[in-house]
Amino acid sequence: MLRRTLMTTAALGLGLALTGGAALAAGMDHVKACFVYVGPIGDGGWTYQHHQGALAVQEAFGDKVEVQWQESVPEGADAERVLTQMALGGCNIIFTTSFGYMDPTNAVAAKFPDVKFEHATGFMRNSENVSTYNARFYEGRAVQGTIAGRMTKSNKIGYIASFPIPEVVMGINSYYLHAKKVNPDVELSVVWAYTWFDPAKEADAAKALIDQGVDVIASHTDSTAPLAEAAKTNGAVIGFGQASDMAEYKDGPRVSSIIDNWAPYYVKRVGALLDGSYAQADAWEGIAGGEVGIGEITAAVPAEVKAEAEAMRDAIAAGTYHPFTGPINKQDGSAWLAEGQTAPDGDLLGMDFYVEGITGDIPK
Amino acid sequence: MEFGGINPVILIASLMVAAVPIMLAALGELVVEKSGVLNLGVEGMMIVGAICGFITAVQTGSPVMGFLGGAVGGAALSLVFAFLTQVLLANQVATGLALTLFGLGFASLMGQGYNGIKPPPTLSVPMGPLADIPALGPILFDHDWMVYMSIALVAVVWWVLKATRLGLIIRAVGESHEAAHALGYKVNRIRLGCIAFGGAMAGLGGAYVSLVRVPQWVDGITAGAGWIALAIVVFASWRPWRVLIGAYLFGGITVLQLNLQAAGSAIPVEYLSMSPYLITILVLVIMSSGRGRAALNAPASLGQNFHAAR
Repeated sequence: MLRRTLMTTAALGLGLALTGGAALAAGMDHVKACFVYVGPIGDGGWTYQHHQGALAVQEAFGDKVEVQWQESVPEGADAERVLTQMALGGCNIIFTTSFGYMDPTNAVAAKFPDVKFEHATGFMRNSENVSTYNARFYEGRAVQGTIAGRMTKSNKIGYIASFPIPEVVMGINSYYLHAKKVNPDVELSVVWAYTWFDPAKEADAAKALIDQGVDVIASHTDSTAPLAEAAKTNGAVIGFGQASDMAEYKDGPRVSSIIDNWAPYYVKRVGALLDGSYAQADAWEGIAGGEVGIGEITAAVPAEVKAEAEAMRDAIAAGTYHPFTGPINKQDGSAWLAEGQTAPDGDLLGMDFYVEGITGDIPK
Repeated sequence: MEFGGINPVILIASLMVAAVPIMLAALGELVVEKSGVLNLGVEGMMIVGAICGFITAVQTGSPVMGFLGGAVGGAALSLVFAFLTQVLLANQVATGLALTLFGLGFASLMGQGYNGIKPPPTLSVPMGPLADIPALGPILFDHDWMVYMSIALVAVVWWVLKATRLGLIIRAVGESHEAAHALGYKVNRIRLGCIAFGGAMAGLGGAYVSLVRVPQWVDGITAGAGWIALAIVVFASWRPWRVLIGAYLFGGITVLQLNLQAAGSAIPVEYLSMSPYLITILVLVIMSSGRGRAALNAPASLGQNFHAAR
């Protein structure tokens, strides 16, 4: 029964795609926008920010848009089921908000050519209805690295990494390079948590870093647990808000933050679908485009360091500085970027190496 | 004194903290299973305990009240299980699994509006100069009171099960509910009490996660700790002190693998990540290979419902 329904819908979809090209170009009266989240909205970080974007879409278009979402969808076969369900349930555009949804998104998109799919942080666009979008978080990491290099007293800085994917490796490299630039003695410890969201494990990872003498912690996981752990040291250890501002730790360890702001992109894409100007895209905006925000740098940071970090932020926003500007060698000493050369996007999106000076290996 | 860049004193001190939630939950489940009931809802009771404790602590401003609230929340949820399995005689495995799923969703519902709030801090017990003793100080005298309480509870449970009349009755009910019934013991009522105790302990463990370990509330905060607690009960072959060893071993390896990474160890991360589970399997194999003694120690009526036909 289900298969028959599915086939009918697929056939219907195919028919629509063939005949409906003109109709689509003329726009739509009503759009159902659906969101798939990897964690709970209440994580206070990554998923929370995506949900803020979804709410902004609702706000912007009112009753012309129906927003639907599902939380805590595991990356893998379950995601494929959820996506199929959403496509069958009348979603016109589906945003899949985690790297691990890449294969399910493309697989389901191939079956539903009349539904638009938008995959966050991925690079695979196998069919015409799949777009990808991402934010240049490494720009924010450059600002964090500058603060970390200046603020560390033990010269040991830490990074709680999630999974060994280019996105994360890029962040580690940018963070380290900019800490090293202002403080040549700095050493980086990386802990791989192998999770996006597990507060207890994130707290343990932060504790392990603190036990090793690390006094500045950046994290690439979704919850506020590392900051809560740093808060127990009464100011000896500082950290950064990740994905969301995490302003509740402002009077504690949080000295700045990277804020993901997906709202402009979501509003733009759903708006394009409504007015008929929608086209496949590969979006990768950064500080300049407003997708990456740098949260307020608190008074715990000396004024001159704050000014230096803000100058870095403004230079990146203005396009006068690229966080990966040569000369930069790879970890094994071989040359990556020559003097003055900036990293091509292709290199960044496939980044699977540490830069020179970082110890340890990236898990394969 | 350091080994491979890791200070063993700090390591032991942190593993004692990391082990508290699974130890408390496992201890509660041990008593439940000793009375012949298999409650797979530990994860659900833990997370409900975590949010109940968190809400109570935030509202009253007192961490002690918070732990109490967590215990009450866990016990209240376990009574749902007790009603279904002891009164309506529902299947224990299915009911337990349902309890976990229900608990996760219910905790998330209760937690709406509690994201990003900091609970009142639970401080270390002031031990004065004792905490400054090298090595022994940080390990023994520099913890919050729940760490000491968890060890004390292991001793209490051990003593009650081994040396008191109550312990004898609980074990009798778990080994042969027919015989216990024939002696005039109210099997289902005794089991109900044990289930409530197990729920309270799981709730305490959950509250420790949300009030001390990760002092905040986020959805899904226990992240599978309840399942580990269930495994530790089997691992401990239903003996309280082995629960302590199992929890410390598991907590220790978890802490150690993160510390090794932070210290820049050359061992690949994948091996470190799987090591807690690998060692659990290894110890289980070793322990159960001794002529099936571990299997023999399982309560004979475990997982069977009792209906007083006569």
